[in-house]
Amino acid sequence: MSLTIDNLNSTQIDVLKEIGNIGAGNAATALSKMISKRVDMDVPKVNILEFRDVADLVGGPEAFVAGIYFKVSGDITGSIMFLIDINSCKFLIDMLIGGLDFGVIGEQLNAMQISALQEIGNILASSYLGSLSSLTGLNMVISVPSLTLDMAGAILSVPVILFGQVGDKVLLIETDFIEGSNHVKGNFFLIPDEESFEILLKSLGVL
Amino acid sequence: MGELIKVGMADMNCTYHPGILTTLGLGSCVGICLFDTSTKISGLAHIMLPSSMQIKNNSNAAKFADTAIVKLIQDMIKMGAHKNKIVSKIAGGAQMFNFSDTSDIMRIGARNVIATKEILKANSIPILSEDTGGNYGRTIELYSESGILLIKTIGCGIKQI
Repeated sequence: MSLTIDNLNSTQIDVLKEIGNIGAGNAATALSKMISKRVDMDVPKVNILEFRDVADLVGGPEAFVAGIYFKVSGDITGSIMFLIDINSCKFLIDMLIGGLDFGVIGEQLNAMQISALQEIGNILASSYLGSLSSLTGLNMVISVPSLTLDMAGAILSVPVILFGQVGDKVLLIETDFIEGSNHVKGNFFLIPDEESFEILLKSLGVL
Repeated sequence: MGELIKVGMADMNCTYHPGILTTLGLGSCVGICLFDTSTKISGLAHIMLPSSMQIKNNSNAAKFADTAIVKLIQDMIKMGAHKNKIVSKIAGGAQMFNFSDTSDIMRIGARNVIATKEILKANSIPILSEDTGGNYGRTIELYSESGILLIKTIGCGIKQI
């Protein structure tokens, strides 16, 4: 049987948790530099979930969220997705470009706001992947970001389908960034392709 | 009004009249709604992938278009539905993210829709209407009272098919 999220042992899960931790730490530092403010973070939670439970973690399948999606190429291939709830999005955009003027659900963001959000995703994903790359010695490159604002369930269908090709569970890293009294809650999906998952675990010395 | 029955991702369910089947936040997945016009028994499957043939781990019938449709028909017949009276409506199959190189996996929504139509046809089930494609999510509700399928979106309105 090939190696999938469904049949990892506890050591392998611990290692993935630690990667999540280090990656999120780097992402928090990057975020802090970007907005020139101190950013703290909670210890990330690494969850291995059944498909049906994934959407509940982000406020239910109909919650309005932003998804920022990247393809990963290089020594390992796969995808990365950030899911950020709409309030955190507003806060991040406001931090970066200020003068935010959108609130109604379903209202379109303007090009500048979309660009700002994509750039935030870009920096977070790059710092995340950068730490993973230096830990493993593997070369990884991310594509340009693609952003969608819609129902959580619909956005989540993308990573869930990718995971669904090899198993029945999803690996999700939940991070909480804190700036002053503001919490930015982000969910991060690392989705290596089937063959890449083995390469990744081998390079981390747990396979 | 009947009871609202939720169907999750890679999940399916059937109900007698006057139950209402719903699935929330369909993206690239497809919601397959079957409805027996004579008994008003209805069924809904929320499929993720086109075919169980290409996947090793395929124990969950509700995950794939091919196995879900067959299983849903069987379940409805067990409840007393007549196969020759079953009609269908489908929704979903969006492409949630845009990339310039449209690899197979990014086109999964369209592939799900194509597979769903082929398998419905192979089982001689007519498709009365559909709301598929696009780049937005959908929440759907199937009313066993009328066979109406209600589709809700964020930013693209509400409609009935």
